[in-house]
Amino acid sequence: MLDALSYEFIQNAIIAGILVSIASGIIGSLIVVNRMVFLAGGIAHTSYGGIGLAVYFGIPIFLGASLFAVGAALLIAFITLKHRERTDTFIGLIWAVGMAIGILFVDMTPGYNVDLMSYLFGSILAVSQEDIWFMSALVLTIIFVVTFWYRDILAVSYDSEYALLRGVSVKFFYTLILVLSALTVVIAIKIVGLILVIALLTIPIYIAEKLSNSLYSMMFFSAIISTIFTLLGLFISYNFDITSGASIILVSAMSLVLFLLFLKLKSIFK
Amino acid sequence: MAEGADLERLCSLLYRGFESLPLCHINGKNMNIIDIKNLTFSYEKDTILENINLHVKAKEFLAIIGPNGGGKSTLLKLMLGIEKAPKNSIKIFNENPSKNLTSIGYVPQNTNVNTNFPIKVIEVVMMGHVGHKRPLIGYKKEEIECALSSLEQVSMGKYADKKIGSLSGGQRQRVMIARALCSHPKILLLDEPTSNIDTTGQKEVYELLKELNKHITIIVVSHDISVILEYASSVLHVNKKAAFHDVSKKRKFHTKDEHFCEVELLQMIGNSHA
Repeated sequence: MLDALSYEFIQNAIIAGILVSIASGIIGSLIVVNRMVFLAGGIAHTSYGGIGLAVYFGIPIFLGASLFAVGAALLIAFITLKHRERTDTFIGLIWAVGMAIGILFVDMTPGYNVDLMSYLFGSILAVSQEDIWFMSALVLTIIFVVTFWYRDILAVSYDSEYALLRGVSVKFFYTLILVLSALTVVIAIKIVGLILVIALLTIPIYIAEKLSNSLYSMMFFSAIISTIFTLLGLFISYNFDITSGASIILVSAMSLVLFLLFLKLKSIFK
Repeated sequence: MAEGADLERLCSLLYRGFESLPLCHINGKNMNIIDIKNLTFSYEKDTILENINLHVKAKEFLAIIGPNGGGKSTLLKLMLGIEKAPKNSIKIFNENPSKNLTSIGYVPQNTNVNTNFPIKVIEVVMMGHVGHKRPLIGYKKEEIECALSSLEQVSMGKYADKKIGSLSGGQRQRVMIARALCSHPKILLLDEPTSNIDTTGQKEVYELLKELNKHITIIVVSHDISVILEYASSVLHVNKKAAFHDVSKKRKFHTKDEHFCEVELLQMIGNSHA
């Protein structure tokens, strides 16, 4: 296993895994406390439209997916702020239409047989140096935003009506959280794929929530737990030649079961 | 009127904490701090409130009652500036509602939502600070001290570092009151403060309000008729139109067996509505 570490693609995969875990730990916490899990799922699937467009027009996949996902996030923010009661209908719609656009453009691309599976379920082999730069920039941006606007984000997430009364721009921070979610989803596609990303944004966060008494510590624990799951998943994926996304998610799910069992036992023997 | 309001503000600036001084007292007691004149409000075509008039004096304890859908919450939202009232129909300290961010403390309904949220009691209270002049990261020392003293005021000081979800309904309501007190308001607005709280908790909340009422004006929206008898000095019954009742001098209508039927009271208030 140790000599595997000397391969560049393994090193890249590990660095990418850590960066994605930090981003998904922080943003996942915000998604969970704001009850936006379904919204994030919608954005993730819609971003496939961007992948299709990028393939067709020959622009970098990351760029295409990012632009498309951010567009979807802005659209979803607009809809949920304007027509709250129709949110689920519109997200279902955006979700499917985004994927359909992606498939259409991939079909139309001449002579290009894109590996659909790697985008849906993750492929660590594909992490390039540029990807890592992009991921690092995003992680820094996220840390910057939650550090300097922590109280606003906390206020908007906990009690948006009250935050509005205290002069916090709820619309702005709500949209900001969705845009950062969109970008996090895009970088997570490399590691777990766009279908499985939702588990990475919820399982470690659920465990962290039980361990934390503040949003800050929830983000911190989520990032740590997420990193452990991702690295363990990557290790299993490499050793047993399994798709990385699937192994990371299953490692997370099994850990969650063990964690819940542990809590149950603890409450019984208390 | 305007003079009174200016004087009151001047007093509160000069004598913070000494509001009971004669000068302030006289003017504070007799002036209206909330003036609602001929307020009519509608959502699209439905008229929610019609021709409402209300004048609240300093240190009044006003209960707003009325049937569901009668417009109580809307009236509250108009006073807070969440909903926009027609120009000049609502004056709070002689200004339009939205400008009174610090003079009104608001305790929303349903503090039982979001109980899983990982947030400490002190962090909830600090949301009450208005967002100007703040540090780059985190909270100022004065803000933390101020929040702690608000918590002490509602006797929740020792719960500052507890997770909000671990408190009982009554305790959580007191934390929300502390949050509202954070900006040193002169008026405290509470929307159904005792729904979802057990009876002991309810009594504690109202006893706390009674204590706070010595210094600030309290406005409570409530279904709970017993509150009016015990604590309120005036009652506004809102059902599209409004009827105002001064109940401060009628405390003695506890009948023979110390029991006063809520139905009778409602009838009494309802009758004078027309």
